[in-house]
Amino acid sequence: MSLNIEDVHKVARLARLAMTEQEAQAAHIQLANIFGLIADMQAVDTKGITPMSHAQDVSQRLREDVVTETNQRELFQSIASQVEAGLYLVPQVIE
Amino acid sequence: MLHKTFVRAPEWEIVIGLEVHTQLSTSSKIFSGASTTYGAEPNTQADAVSIALPGVLPVLNKGAVERAIKFGLAVGAHIAPRSVFARKNYFYPDLPKGYQISQFDLPVVGQGALTIQVEPLSGNGKSYEKVVRITRAHLEEDAGKSLHEDFHGMTGIDLNRAGTPLLEIVSEPDMRSAAEAVAYAKTLHSLVRWIGICDGNMQEGSFRCDANVSVRRPGAALGTRREIKNLNSFKFMQQAIEYEAQWQIDTLENGGKIHQATVLFDSDKCETRAMRSKEEAHDYRYFPDPDLLPLDISPQWIEEVRATLPELPEAKRARYVSELGLSTYDADILTGSREMAGFFEAALTSLTPIPSPAGGRGEQAKLCANWLIGEVSAQLNRDGLDMVQCPISARQLGGMLKRIADSTISNAGAKEVFRTMWSEGGDADAIIEAKGLKQVSDSGAIEKLVDEIIAANPAQVAEYRSGKEKVFGFFVGLAMKASKGKANPAQLNEILKLKLTK
Amino acid sequence: MLDSSLQQLGSALRARKISSVELTQLYLDRIAAFNPALNAYITTNAELSLAQARAADVLLAGGKAQALTGIPVAQKDIFCAKGWRTTCGSKMLENFIAPYDAHVIEQFNKAGAVNLGKTNMDEFAMGSSNETSYFGAVKNPWDQKAVPGGSSGGAACAVAARLCAAATGTDTGGSIRQPAALCGISGIKPTYGTVSRYGMIAFASSLDQAGPMARSAEDLALLLNVMTGFDSRDSTSLQRDKEDYARDLNKPLAGLRIGLPKEFFAEGLAQDVANCVHTAIAQYKQLGATVVDISLPNSKLAVPVYYVLAPAEASSNLSRFDGVRYGYRAPEYSDLTEMYEKSRAQGFGEEVKRRIMIGTYVLSHGYYDAYYLQAQKIRRLIAQDFADAFKQCDVIMGPTSPSTAFNLGEKGDDPVQMYLSDIYTIAVNLAGLPGMSIPAGFGSNGRPVGLQIIGNYFAEAQMLNVAHQYQLAIDWHTKQPNVI
Repeated sequence: MSLNIEDVHKVARLARLAMTEQEAQAAHIQLANIFGLIADMQAVDTKGITPMSHAQDVSQRLREDVVTETNQRELFQSIASQVEAGLYLVPQVIE
Repeated sequence: MLHKTFVRAPEWEIVIGLEVHTQLSTSSKIFSGASTTYGAEPNTQADAVSIALPGVLPVLNKGAVERAIKFGLAVGAHIAPRSVFARKNYFYPDLPKGYQISQFDLPVVGQGALTIQVEPLSGNGKSYEKVVRITRAHLEEDAGKSLHEDFHGMTGIDLNRAGTPLLEIVSEPDMRSAAEAVAYAKTLHSLVRWIGICDGNMQEGSFRCDANVSVRRPGAALGTRREIKNLNSFKFMQQAIEYEAQWQIDTLENGGKIHQATVLFDSDKCETRAMRSKEEAHDYRYFPDPDLLPLDISPQWIEEVRATLPELPEAKRARYVSELGLSTYDADILTGSREMAGFFEAALTSLTPIPSPAGGRGEQAKLCANWLIGEVSAQLNRDGLDMVQCPISARQLGGMLKRIADSTISNAGAKEVFRTMWSEGGDADAIIEAKGLKQVSDSGAIEKLVDEIIAANPAQVAEYRSGKEKVFGFFVGLAMKASKGKANPAQLNEILKLKLTK
Repeated sequence: MLDSSLQQLGSALRARKISSVELTQLYLDRIAAFNPALNAYITTNAELSLAQARAADVLLAGGKAQALTGIPVAQKDIFCAKGWRTTCGSKMLENFIAPYDAHVIEQFNKAGAVNLGKTNMDEFAMGSSNETSYFGAVKNPWDQKAVPGGSSGGAACAVAARLCAAATGTDTGGSIRQPAALCGISGIKPTYGTVSRYGMIAFASSLDQAGPMARSAEDLALLLNVMTGFDSRDSTSLQRDKEDYARDLNKPLAGLRIGLPKEFFAEGLAQDVANCVHTAIAQYKQLGATVVDISLPNSKLAVPVYYVLAPAEASSNLSRFDGVRYGYRAPEYSDLTEMYEKSRAQGFGEEVKRRIMIGTYVLSHGYYDAYYLQAQKIRRLIAQDFADAFKQCDVIMGPTSPSTAFNLGEKGDDPVQMYLSDIYTIAVNLAGLPGMSIPAGFGSNGRPVGLQIIGNYFAEAQMLNVAHQYQLAIDWHTKQPNVI
């Protein structure tokens, strides 16, 4: 499972990170090294082992269905790049 | 066109599966305490969690889980003792975290089934029953809304809807026509409202359907499907599926290939077109959400929820037929919504408080059904009202039906009572009294009236006696007019017939 | 005053020997003097700090003070604090004024402590040297050519250089313990779920845990008393009774069983660090402890497992930084996708982008089972190793870091070498166990060495006892850098 330069470009696109060809080349070398380190894991026999997602084996706590939040639009939108008429603005979305 | 359809019908089979997003009727969002009320000013219900501020975390709403369990029980599904929330990763401006919290390989509701009554959409087919399998139903959060009105060439994002709880109900590809798809969607729509987990308001997006459509030669493997997104009315669903299936058949017959795609239905042009934004291949990178722990549902909790379930439409329908002797057609309409069924049962109870299975109640049930399906529904329709907004109560209607049943008023009189009740209120007895609608059942009085009419119209009497029985109606009309509509029609008919044939 | 313990400071404040305003000002003056060289703080805000100090003085005057009332505490810049710029060490949040308080901040506010400022850190806590901060590297106060460790490097530096009375940190793979070791201070990462993550900007949600950094175990206990506690807003916050972490500080250590994992003393450990750790263990024996040789056979896989799981979670956690609702937005773009790609490429630094790339890749179609799922399975094996070990011992000890502080720029071009500097700390996060580091002497280059103490779940009070008894006997923790 070696990572190639196309993978680097594909992953950068998925992650929405602009990347020049030169940056991709550099990233490729470093990522390949890191995946060399990660490869140590592949040899381990993990048949029958349950994956561990959480540090504690507890179950989800539930909230009562009650409205607790109030309108803080003004405060929240004071830190946004671009707002108008209470809306966050982004470049045109085409469906 | 007609010719083509005729030729093709046996050659192609249409295969449809539906994914329905129902907004659950909770007060607060699935992972935060923000309100879910529809129609608020943009972003005024977008709390820190809804806008995904750095550092905020999700906590699951118990009300959303309860509704999911309710649904699962209503379709006879297995409720997962442990289900897991996963992140579905993709970038979109109405998805503030860059991922949607959803359930992936361990959904809360497993396999179930829904029985549907299929009414053929075109003319002369017969209605039939079908069981559609439900693959699964899972909890997830809704996205915000993108508003494409022009903001200097930009799109506006409203995150009020972001985080509204959804139950996505996925069917097996069991439907074979637009009619079946519509019947399934309608049955599901009525069920989620019936059990009170969703308001079903399609205009407000509370019940949204995506249809996966493919075509194949009968017996062949499933064809490549295209998904029609966001069908927000049953009419559009029917049109979209019909168009899409025909397009796929035409494409294949012309030697083309179907490519998996997501399409939108343009209701103005009545056609489907591929979505541009979805062209790029997706890789959602699902993984269990580390911020949320596994959702455990105990058998006790399931039983508690089961106890809150109302009698389901299917059971009610069967009971109306077996216990009340109603036709399946009537039973179907009366169980179309919980409000309708509730109204029917309440009216019937006030009409005949003690159920007597031995007899009598069937007739009264039929009377009640006729009025609800006929006059009441028509009047609601004319006034653009829902059952819940009905200006007359079930008790009022029952009171009036009682007077029909005991022959106090004629059908014509009843219509008059009903009109008055609808516009002015009041109970049936008071209206009958005030308007003098009590019908005359005194045979002496009716005989006297008939005698006078026979005496005054010798020519018509002769006609009748010579075999022209059509003239009978003429006499009924005169008698009714003379009695100001109050003569008991059955009695009048009897007496007239007797005197004319003498 | 600068060398007083928190207990002593609290007493002085309550006795009105010094006011909180005076104490806060003293530290602000020191920060003004020394921070330009050390770069331990990203943001100070004298107005906000002094306002809190004045409020604390009112409480103190009214006799309503708690243990930490009036004490200036430096907050890692990963915690949202309402009205404070909260950058997480990133250009992405360079101008982000947090609109709400993290649970940790609320807890300190309720205790009447003073927020002295926001400490420097590796960008989004991704780093082991503090060199990935957008706001520049932090210098190790023991030797300004050296790194302070990371990611809570600013906090460790501030505590060591007496630029605060105490500090907070967060630890995803060693980010409290490793900088504590490299800067010669004490730090504890409690059991996962003990401190609420609400308002703490997420790196890897299933591993992130906040904890205190201070000069002694005794101080850590007081800080932990404030920071911990159930929070309904964090689903992973554990519902447990409030405990007093100082309750066992004075217990004798006789009979304590210390486990020494052979894997922690194998190849890769610098000799001077090994010497210090062995000396410390010998001192523990003198205090009545016994030593047990144990093995954590899967711990060698902790680094690879961590570099799958942490980046995977991070790649998703950092998707919210898209330039729409807050944070950096690129000045020029032609469409939506370009806005995302440029804002994120310009707003994130190299290490963050690298980890987003790793995480995106390991979760992507076709690789999930081989990487992510496999890593989660080995994570369970690693946790099981600890469970087995704790059947034989009460605490586990070893080095915190394989070497003393390395030089600035030394590992800059080699991420793999950098990642290996957390080789002894990462397994603890994967298991969710509590871990701490206390000073245990100095290496051949005069830079501090840390002793790592790992406890069983919820054994913080015991670990603090173990650390405190050592600090009563040996005074490494009182040493301070003479550069200042």
